[in-house]
Amino acid sequence: MKGWKKRAAIIGGGLSVLGIAAALVLNALNSNIALYVTPSEVAAGKAPKMQAFRIGGLVKDGSLHRDNLTVHFVMTDMAHEVPVSYTGILPDLFKEGKGAVVQGKLETSGDFTASEVLAKHDENYMPPEAKQALEQAQKTKDAAKP
Amino acid sequence: MTPEIGHFALILALCVSLVQGTLPLLGAHKGRAEWLALARPAAQTSFVMLALSFAALAWSFYVNDFSVQYVAQHSNSQLPTLYRFGAVWGGHEGSLLLWVLLLSSWGIAVAQYSRTLDDTMVARVLGVLGLVSTGLLLFILLTSNPFDRLLPAAENGRDLNPLLQDPGLVFHPPMLYMGYVGFAVAFAFAIAALLSGRLDAAWARWSRPWTTAAWVFLTMGIALGSWWAYYELGWGGWWFWDPVENASFMPWLLGTALLHSLAVTEKRGSFKSWTVLLAIGAFSLSLLGTFLVRSGVLTSVHAFATDPRRGIFILTLLVLVVGSSLTLFAWRAPKVALGGTFGAISRESLLLTGNVLLVVACASVLLGTLYPLIIDALGLGKISVGPPYFNAVFVPIMVPVVFLLAAVPLARWKNTQIKEIAIQLWIPGVLALLAGWQIPRMMGGWTVLTALGSMLAVWIAASGILQITYRLKAGLPPASFWGMHLGHIGIAVFVFGVTMVGGFQEEQDVRMEPGDTVLVGGYQFKLIGVQEAMGPNYKASRGEFDVSSPGGPTNKLFPEKRNYFSSTMPMTEAAIDAGFTRDVYVSLGEPLEGNAWAVRVYFKPFVDWIWGGCMLMALGGLFAMADRRYRLRVKGTDAPAATPKGAKA
Repeated sequence: MKGWKKRAAIIGGGLSVLGIAAALVLNALNSNIALYVTPSEVAAGKAPKMQAFRIGGLVKDGSLHRDNLTVHFVMTDMAHEVPVSYTGILPDLFKEGKGAVVQGKLETSGDFTASEVLAKHDENYMPPEAKQALEQAQKTKDAAKP
Repeated sequence: MTPEIGHFALILALCVSLVQGTLPLLGAHKGRAEWLALARPAAQTSFVMLALSFAALAWSFYVNDFSVQYVAQHSNSQLPTLYRFGAVWGGHEGSLLLWVLLLSSWGIAVAQYSRTLDDTMVARVLGVLGLVSTGLLLFILLTSNPFDRLLPAAENGRDLNPLLQDPGLVFHPPMLYMGYVGFAVAFAFAIAALLSGRLDAAWARWSRPWTTAAWVFLTMGIALGSWWAYYELGWGGWWFWDPVENASFMPWLLGTALLHSLAVTEKRGSFKSWTVLLAIGAFSLSLLGTFLVRSGVLTSVHAFATDPRRGIFILTLLVLVVGSSLTLFAWRAPKVALGGTFGAISRESLLLTGNVLLVVACASVLLGTLYPLIIDALGLGKISVGPPYFNAVFVPIMVPVVFLLAAVPLARWKNTQIKEIAIQLWIPGVLALLAGWQIPRMMGGWTVLTALGSMLAVWIAASGILQITYRLKAGLPPASFWGMHLGHIGIAVFVFGVTMVGGFQEEQDVRMEPGDTVLVGGYQFKLIGVQEAMGPNYKASRGEFDVSSPGGPTNKLFPEKRNYFSSTMPMTEAAIDAGFTRDVYVSLGEPLEGNAWAVRVYFKPFVDWIWGGCMLMALGGLFAMADRRYRLRVKGTDAPAATPKGAKA
């Protein structure tokens, strides 16, 4: 093969690989991103409809109760609350009064059905999203005060 | 007193590293032999200092010196001795100390096993390693000193995170770090070659065994981590596309590309610039991995409580390394001579295709990992990118790589005919089609993905075995030949394991009372009861299960739910009956009302093949390193006679 032909083939091949990869990436990113939403935003109706998203916050003290394998609890940012239900086994570090992140969908009833409850490795660790939800709610509260 | 000795040794190590990182490099530039000669002793001294420092920290753990803050945070007087040792790298400060200790042990290995290299080259390589070490040591001393005292001393320690109290953890981080840090050697060789302008086949030959060694450690480290997650996290997964897992996987992908690109550079003198870029990339990704793990910027199951200032320091270090090495590359690259030319279908072109695909795959993982950070930094909200993204992007990119893998060893250098390759591949091709048709049916249902996976696995394994048999007729092939095929067959085993687990695993969360049975994957699980049991530093609820297959023996499994005295968090300890063709896996959830427990039961066909495949790959790497041509004394220039006939990439 001549020099320029070879170069054209290499460039063409490289570009098509990149193109295919970019198409895959964009397509996958579109359908597989979960937005983080705070309980206050859920209360304000800002949560995505028909699409899975994540809620970060605290598990409200005393809100946990079981119904066989289904667990009900409340996620809060100390300003607003979202009732959550989850069927399955909770991660070890899931505790009332601690930070947590849940992923799932909002039902029309206003309940959140979690498909995943995120586990962590360290009991002193607070997920940044949960922390941020709390801080934001605190700010809004402070701002509401005269 | 011991912690102060450790601290002092650490400071001395910093001074020595600074010398190692400056004088030999200047000496190489100015041609001053006495400065060059400093490189080896400096590397040795810094290793001794760091080993002393590390030993001091380990001693503080051993004697439960809770006046050292780091010990108080990560140990406890009840902690068994083995885990006290593992706890040395159970936290941020200690794991960084391990990082530099391992870096300096690579340094001393280079100093020791480079007698055939000329002194200038050695000085440059060790000099670059010294600079890296200086950066990391500054980081430790300024932001994360493991020897900080706690006054007044704590009564008792806070204890090591119970998840980390496991033999797997004692070995996983050192292995992984050996891999990460090992790419610093490949990086140092590349920078040294750029500095000297001698980017040639001899450089590639020196660099190759070191790169392979790092790659072997990284492979083992990742496999150990995945295995640890599988049995210790208690939820049966082996890979989660978690940011921290990705952080170790990205250097692996680039490292794999680098290995193959080095082969071309050594044999044909081509791809030089590409190889240098890969070496810079692999090491930069190792640093990025450290940054991601240590800065806590990402939500991850691995994220431990962290300090953002540390993140900024590592990020600065990363920018310095990438920036300066790319500048050097841009300055020197135009002088790099072109290597041999090659045709459209040749071993070079096939390796290049595989290489480009690996880099693209790595880029897609990088994008998925950093995307949430970028979106957050731009103020567009907080998002997470989940495993479906990675599966949707990564798998399609890797399929052609795995497919090509069977053909590359058959292709000749320079130019080859497709016909020649095809003639040797029709048997594996037919076997692969049969496997794709039949294996999923035997396992319980045909799907496109399981068929594709089975085909690819058989395709590679069959062509590998066939090539080995042909080659054996011509006499015993060299170690590198075995290395290549072992590594490739390892991929086949791995792909097969992943396919079978992905397609045919069964999982059930159930509520069980003593006497209840559940049927999963043809196995019957019967809960006999749950009893209290005592461990050295925990109390456990211990379940007893009878697991039986129809007509087979009955096995007992004992999953536990542990409560460590020093912590409020419970720990799930899964029970696994491992087998060649399947694992059965039981873990206890929470107690429900009465005697009932929530129980998770898994049937995992061929899951151990995943790690078995990784071990084969690592073994392949060891064979490749053992090839005798690396042990021959070749000075500077490449002696053709040193290459045994038939030695392949």
